[in-house]
Amino acid sequence: MTTSVPDPSQKHQRREHGLMLALVSPALLVILALIVLPVGWLAWQSIYHDGFTLENYRRVFTEDVYWRSFALTFEISLAVTVIALLLGYPVAYLANSVPKGWSIVILSLVVLPFWTSVLVRAYAWLALLQRTGVINQFLRYLDVISEPLALVHNTFGTVVATVHILLPFMVLPLYATMQKIPNDLMQAGASLGASPSLTFMRVFLPLSLPGVLAGCTMVFVLCLGFYITPELLGGGRTVMVSMLVSRNVELYNQFGAASAVAVVLLLSVLAIFFVVSRFISLDRVLGQK
Amino acid sequence: MMRASPARIALYVISALVLIYLILPVLIIAPISFSSARFLTFPPPSFSLRWYQQYFSNPAWMQATRVTLTVALLTVVIATPFGVAAAYAISQSKLRIMRLIHMALLLPLVVPIIITAVGIFFVYARIGLVATMPGLVLANVMLGLPYVVISVLAGLQSFDPAQEMVARSLGMNRLRSFFAVTLPQIKSSVVAGGIFAFISAMDETIVALFISGGQYQPLTKRMFTALRDEIDPTIAAISTLMTAASFMLVLLASARQKRSG
Repeated sequence: MTTSVPDPSQKHQRREHGLMLALVSPALLVILALIVLPVGWLAWQSIYHDGFTLENYRRVFTEDVYWRSFALTFEISLAVTVIALLLGYPVAYLANSVPKGWSIVILSLVVLPFWTSVLVRAYAWLALLQRTGVINQFLRYLDVISEPLALVHNTFGTVVATVHILLPFMVLPLYATMQKIPNDLMQAGASLGASPSLTFMRVFLPLSLPGVLAGCTMVFVLCLGFYITPELLGGGRTVMVSMLVSRNVELYNQFGAASAVAVVLLLSVLAIFFVVSRFISLDRVLGQK
Repeated sequence: MMRASPARIALYVISALVLIYLILPVLIIAPISFSSARFLTFPPPSFSLRWYQQYFSNPAWMQATRVTLTVALLTVVIATPFGVAAAYAISQSKLRIMRLIHMALLLPLVVPIIITAVGIFFVYARIGLVATMPGLVLANVMLGLPYVVISVLAGLQSFDPAQEMVARSLGMNRLRSFFAVTLPQIKSSVVAGGIFAFISAMDETIVALFISGGQYQPLTKRMFTALRDEIDPTIAAISTLMTAASFMLVLLASARQKRSG
């Protein structure tokens, strides 16, 4: 429907487009100036210092400190994701299988810590896990232990607190997916003589896998960039990638190295999102919070 | 009637333990904050308000509180209209580029916050915005925008744009018809989005660690520094107050969302 005669509706259309772009521009400007530009700056700084250089990347990929930190970060993220899945799946399953009133109670309990500052929760875990903390005192009171256990200022404390903070990101997509599984399918399985555990394994579990993938992606990716909990609960020994970035900036003024580490971290995150988006819609992963 | 099979009982027990794990740390802070002891002891020796007193009488904590509240309020005042305008345009426009813009507005949720923080620090260092109020507010507006956009887009999904067309055909201009017809119907999601932006600004720590300083340090930065050095129960008092504030705001937001149905 192309015509050379100026069409009043076309003119109207153009004005409409202009208005919409004007409406979206303040928000877009903020995003461009405060996240696109800064991240672009980082990327530039990682390869340019009085001329182009790949020195920063050479260091990231060859020096031991960097390698170890990246490996540790991926290990911790994997552990946190698996633990969160094992803890989150039963809760989501229960919330899905009880009457509506109860499922609201369960989900509220899951979301409640969500709205508590990460800093506050890190403090709470310090209070619970330290040598003179609640858990050690309780165990000594019960005479289970004679010496306080080292529960914090190590990788253990970091994982416990990180799982706690990320668990809601696992439970919510799992629950959303389970909600969509029709009950008839389970009944059909049962009426055909399958035991409850067999219907679960053959019918329910496979159908809940998109939720598993969405939850695992969110938890893993968020964990890769975690900073506050490892810094406060890791006791300086658990150096995750985010801490590498911050130390290079704050302590050593190694801006180029910090930028290169940040770029590698960001590319890992984007690569994960890209791979996952081939299997499920990203809205499913991001639409939770 | 459901049979309580062993598997079912195991499910109840595991779920209960996980829920306790989730809730316990949130609940443990309040008793610490009201205890007179310097360190946590079982049971708390006696009730005391000394940590609250210490918080309210310390000028540094009070200054930090003023900074946090100012930043959070300004963030809401700026991020809410920006986010509403953007969400409206994204939902109404048929331009193909809007999909891309929509994704760009969600970037703050995708990019690891530590990367955003360092990047902003580098840019601010160049233009002299480090340790300033405008710098802190701008960063929080950026971080709060996705919450407003997501909330308002969800609200607009159930809104029929034909209603606004009717108002316009009756002679209202676009702006007036938006305020008279559209806005009242999505008010709840706008308020909820604003509240989430407020909470996000109040809790934000990592960006503040890098770009705030001097007299413009928010509460979270001072808390983080204090936590690195020693466990001071004053922080329990502040945490209890912050948590109470968050919960009240969330209740307010969800009550509003429910009313809109």
